[in-house]
Amino acid sequence: MSKETNSGTPTDNEVILGILNNSENVLKRLYIAYFPMILQLVINNNGNSDDAKDIYQEAIIVLYNKVKTGDFELSSKLKTYIYSVCRRLWLKRLSQMNRYGGDIKDFQEFLVVDDETEKNNERDIQFNKMGSALQQLGEPCKTIIEDFYINNKSMQEICEEFGYTNADNAKTQKYKCLQRLKKLFFQQK
Amino acid sequence: MNDNSQLTETIERYLNGEMTKAERTNFEKLRSEDANVNTQVAEHKHFTGLIKQYGERLELEKRLDAIHDEIDVHALEDEFMIHPSWVVRMWRNHHSKISVAASIAIFAVLSTLFFTGYLSNRELNYQQLRGELHGLKVKTDKLNDKLDGLGKNQGGKQFINPGNFRGTGFAISSNGLIATNYHVIQNADSVYVQGNDGKSYRTKVVYSDINADVAVLQITNPSFKTFGAIPYAFKKAETDIGESVFTIGYPREGVIFGPGFLTATTGYQGDSTHYQVSIPVNPGNSGGPLLDSKGNLIGVIDAKQTHMEGAAFAIKSAVLMKAIKDIPADSLKGTLNINQKNALAGLSRPQQIKKLENYVFMVRVY
Repeated sequence: MSKETNSGTPTDNEVILGILNNSENVLKRLYIAYFPMILQLVINNNGNSDDAKDIYQEAIIVLYNKVKTGDFELSSKLKTYIYSVCRRLWLKRLSQMNRYGGDIKDFQEFLVVDDETEKNNERDIQFNKMGSALQQLGEPCKTIIEDFYINNKSMQEICEEFGYTNADNAKTQKYKCLQRLKKLFFQQK
Repeated sequence: MNDNSQLTETIERYLNGEMTKAERTNFEKLRSEDANVNTQVAEHKHFTGLIKQYGERLELEKRLDAIHDEIDVHALEDEFMIHPSWVVRMWRNHHSKISVAASIAIFAVLSTLFFTGYLSNRELNYQQLRGELHGLKVKTDKLNDKLDGLGKNQGGKQFINPGNFRGTGFAISSNGLIATNYHVIQNADSVYVQGNDGKSYRTKVVYSDINADVAVLQITNPSFKTFGAIPYAFKKAETDIGESVFTIGYPREGVIFGPGFLTATTGYQGDSTHYQVSIPVNPGNSGGPLLDSKGNLIGVIDAKQTHMEGAAFAIKSAVLMKAIKDIPADSLKGTLNINQKNALAGLSRPQQIKKLENYVFMVRVY
């Protein structure tokens, strides 16, 4: 890769390849390239910079997941796509806050994107449930679950870390933790 | 309890691909036979998958946050913020409240007006408005004059009166000077005068005063010699209210006599250059002489107020005299003598008119 491609706005293809290859560099350049556009949109339409950050990250995650799951089809410029998703998200947020005055000041051309964000929303709800279930789970269960299921640590490592005398004890503990987590997760409405 | 723990561990080993081939075949067999085990496998897979995705999401958010922290948001914010005026911001944030307040205010005003009887008591205002409307009409009356003349032409009388516009004029000196209104001859290509005897003369405009609405014509026909002595005198002093006055003019073919009284020494809206007279006048009377009972010329018929009884206006003779004096000497043939001798005093009205009508002309404008 030449030097120029390591800084500045990445091309649309670069972004897709970069996300597929988990490239930190591309993600960063993508983020930096289009954030000002969204900041401009939000702060000039009754929002602040934190709103812009939330909206923008949500849109980036939508894009990221779509690319990762392979059902992303680039039908327009990536810039337009991101702007359109953010615009829709922000309109939704505005009407939820009852601050939507009926018009929005636009700074870019945009497409009509519908339900792109709906699937993501459902997932968000699941993730929120999981987050609060893990919080309620408490230590050491939370760390054991996170280490084993998220960070892919082996039972042996976990055993050493928590000072269990043998792996079986650790396994039993992990099993109990998982059962509790399931219970907490499904209890939530 | 222990069984369940064992089963979970087996499922995990199965899902992670840690089983030997024999174990795997065995487990798959168990799975296909026991529906309970099968659902447990699916549930476990889904749930641990969710935990994993949750972890990934957290990680991604952390990465994005880290990137976000590198951006100088404040500088960008300042750059992109459109700073609308406080009125606009106020409106954006509070427009629904403002709208409601405005509606209430309008309603309050209307209901107050209604209950105090203001809305039903409009006749007073209405009367004033009518007065103003009349005022506007008098200004356009001069125009009507000409349009009427035009209408007559189109009415099939072209062989008698082919002029585009028509008015009246009267002799002011024996050598062929004729006074009329400026509005009669404005925009004229050529101007002819026709006497009561049917003789027609070509004239040229030697003087016009737009403000005073006075124009002076000079007969240019070589055959024209003189009018003879002008029978009426020009009165310089102002005439009093109540004086019996009359005019003769050409509102149609042939001389028409119009008797009346001088009713005010000011014209429309207190115009001090005009008299108000109560004389029946019609389009075509413009430029006609206004004479008092002794036969002194006291004014020039000029306009009337429409939809109002007995309100015609005449330019005062003093204004006419001033205009005549202002005629440049080089546009005159010879000297201009204003007649001060009145040959009409003491005559009866029909005799006066008989003498007068030879000095009053129909002005035709092409």
